[in-house]
Amino acid sequence: MALSPITKRRIATFKANRRGYIAFIILVTLFALSLMSEFIANDKPLLVYYKGQLLTPIFHTYIERDTFGGDLESEPDYADPWMHHEICKNGWMIMPLLKYDYRSIAFDVERAPSPPTTRNPLGTDDQARDVLARVMYGFRLSMIFALLLVSLSSAVGITLGAVSGYFGGFFDLFFQRFLEIWHGIPVLFLLIILSSMVVPNFWWLLGLMLLFSWMALVDVVRAEFLRARNFDYVRAARALGVPELTIMRRHVLPNAMVSVFTFLPFMITGAIGTLTSLDFLGFGLPIGSPSLGELLAQGKNNPQSPWLGLVGFFTLATLLSLWLFVGEAVRDAFNPRKIFAGRA
Amino acid sequence: MSLLTIQNLTIAFGNHKVVDDVSLTVEKGSITAIVGESGSGKTLTAQSILQLLPGEATVQGAITFNGEKQTNAAITQWRGNRIGMIFQEPMSALNPLHTIDRQIIEAYCWHKRVPRSHAKAKEKLAELLDAVGLTYLKTRARVYPHQLSGGERQRVMIAMAISNDPDLLIADEPTTALDVTLQQQILHLLKDLQKARGMAMVFITHDLLMVRQIADHVAVMHEGKIVEHGTVETIFSNPQKPYTKMLLAAAPRGGPAPLKMMGESESTDLVEQPILSTTLSVHFPIKTGVLRRTTGVVKAVDNVSLSIRAGETVGIVGESGSGKSSLAFALLKLIPSTGPIVFMGNRIDGLTAKQFRPLRRQLQLVFQDPYGALNPRMTVGEIIAEGLKLHEPKSTDHAARIHEIITQVGLSPDMLDRYPHAFSGGQRQRIAIARAMVLKPALVVLDEPTSALDMSVQAQVLELLKNLQKTHHVAYLFISHDLRVIKAMAHEVLVLKKGELVEHGPTEKLFANPQQTYTKALFAAAFGEMI
Repeated sequence: MALSPITKRRIATFKANRRGYIAFIILVTLFALSLMSEFIANDKPLLVYYKGQLLTPIFHTYIERDTFGGDLESEPDYADPWMHHEICKNGWMIMPLLKYDYRSIAFDVERAPSPPTTRNPLGTDDQARDVLARVMYGFRLSMIFALLLVSLSSAVGITLGAVSGYFGGFFDLFFQRFLEIWHGIPVLFLLIILSSMVVPNFWWLLGLMLLFSWMALVDVVRAEFLRARNFDYVRAARALGVPELTIMRRHVLPNAMVSVFTFLPFMITGAIGTLTSLDFLGFGLPIGSPSLGELLAQGKNNPQSPWLGLVGFFTLATLLSLWLFVGEAVRDAFNPRKIFAGRA
Repeated sequence: MSLLTIQNLTIAFGNHKVVDDVSLTVEKGSITAIVGESGSGKTLTAQSILQLLPGEATVQGAITFNGEKQTNAAITQWRGNRIGMIFQEPMSALNPLHTIDRQIIEAYCWHKRVPRSHAKAKEKLAELLDAVGLTYLKTRARVYPHQLSGGERQRVMIAMAISNDPDLLIADEPTTALDVTLQQQILHLLKDLQKARGMAMVFITHDLLMVRQIADHVAVMHEGKIVEHGTVETIFSNPQKPYTKMLLAAAPRGGPAPLKMMGESESTDLVEQPILSTTLSVHFPIKTGVLRRTTGVVKAVDNVSLSIRAGETVGIVGESGSGKSSLAFALLKLIPSTGPIVFMGNRIDGLTAKQFRPLRRQLQLVFQDPYGALNPRMTVGEIIAEGLKLHEPKSTDHAARIHEIITQVGLSPDMLDRYPHAFSGGQRQRIAIARAMVLKPALVVLDEPTSALDMSVQAQVLELLKNLQKTHHVAYLFISHDLRVIKAMAHEVLVLKKGELVEHGPTEKLFANPQQTYTKALFAAAFGEMI
């Protein structure tokens, strides 16, 4: 698809904001790395060569008794000295850089939480799980949660805002009143109540938060549609006989998307913040999930182990700051004054 | 000695010179007009006299007033005291939060150092209101600007400007935002005040007709330079420079091509049978109270009948608020209306949006504002193709037809990949016309298609429209407040006032012999007798 001159100029302005552009690259790299967490931080080997067979434990679950001739009728603990010895006797295995995933317990530490060592670069938490591994998985979870939430809520918000603004009338009137009531509900408290009624998992939380997060964009989109529906070129399209839905998509929506894109990065930081606070309070993701909020809570409960709180804080601060810088650059890119600076 | 001398004035924004080496003198008690199209630097030249330019402008040159050099100290004595200024837009030039009595005598009280409550100030206020013809406001001068009409506001502006009996009055397009009949009143008022008080005046305008009516001297500006200057008689009777000649020739003239010349066949019923006829009303309900009950209606258009024949141009004339645009939009079913609309022998007023859609290609629309009418995110090619793709998704000759129409409107096919912002106002209007004409419609509604354009461009666009009418045998519904344009374009004219049809008839007959007083007043204003 060919880029229009205006899009090219926007990309150039985005890149011209060095801080935002670098933040964007870092964020994309980190996210890409965290998507591969299974290959970087895992208690299973990447590859096992055992008795002339190549095994990939990350993708397949091998039963210890059937495959390796051990005692357990379940997946083997590859960190167990007996397993290690057994495999190395009959072949070899490659372990990931970090030999823990987010739920594996480091049995060799004396007292959890344990301070950073070469085996656990950021220490372990109060259940002897590796903090670095949990941060990696937690970062991924937060990012995916935020991206999903924001895409779903913008889909809902843009649609409703567009219909409400473009057609106006009674629907608009009642929808606005409904929004006013819905806005008045204290979201965090309601989420806490709801999450005590159901057992919250990832999708439940996503759904519950979606109930409220879609409102962020409705006002912006509605205002843009309300403004643009009487533009001359919209009228001209109507006079040409272009169907209303096509007019909305082709002639009006691009106007609204400018403000939507400006909002998105800030919506993402908001989503990450809410998820973290729920986790911190213990109403969020199920116990055992890798979560930044839970890490912060552990830091609060274990002030004698400052690495927990510090790691939690810095991870979150970095993540949110990166999004914020990206948001500023996006805002620049869609700022007509900057786009058209130096002309006219 | 001249009252005002401007020597070698150059104004630049960055490296871009907007006023280039302008020299001008204004004599005591005379009116000097500065004429030019938009972007010619006429307003900036005038603003520089009182140092009203935006901060980023760099100014060179010398300005002397009454033998006194322009300095920062002098300027406070000039502003509002010895030099008064009137701005174009009377709504934004008055402070909406202060009553007009306060605004009128503000400059007087400040320069004469009298308190507002002083008897002298009150006396002055009464005198000024008398002078600008607002005597009826004397007893109730504590009104806010929004309670006044556009013409009254402009009178208030004039009262403010003359409150200290200035030697020079600068009027920056003082009538452009007003309707024609009001324009004439304000013009008369300015001329009378100027004579009675022996003021000099710098009159900035784009309208040559007004220059001729009011000015003694003219300076024609083009791209920041003074192209030609001299007395009104010499410039109008014997223009020297090609630009001046072009400007003078640009006034719309001639009439529409006679109807029977046009159709390819001479068959009479093609000419006689109207393609569109209607008796139409557009009423907007006024809703009040919590329950939004309808308590009245605004009759934007009230029982207006019209019929248009193929290849004919029907002009609709009226001042702002007369309902002419509502009528046009209602015909295209863009706003709801009541009353029958018969198009090509079929009633179209009852059709649903879906039923009407195939007919839309026959009824097209061109807007006034060439900047708002094109989607800035689509290329010119996409804009013109939109209707074709919609109404003839299967035909394969789109590209050829777009090429043909873009050439016909005087642009070149290699412009099709560009976006609207790369074009001037006149070119954009051509694109909008191409978008309408590519569908080969039977009727095009032209809603003030030339009002936002400069005079010279306006003439070209009108010429283009006439040519297209000849080639495509299309009917126009031509809406305008400018009777000169209507006279040049329309076969039939309808005069609207406050939603009602005042008078209608063939253009020549109506212009030669208007019957109604309103029409007469409108015509007198438009063709401007000498003041």
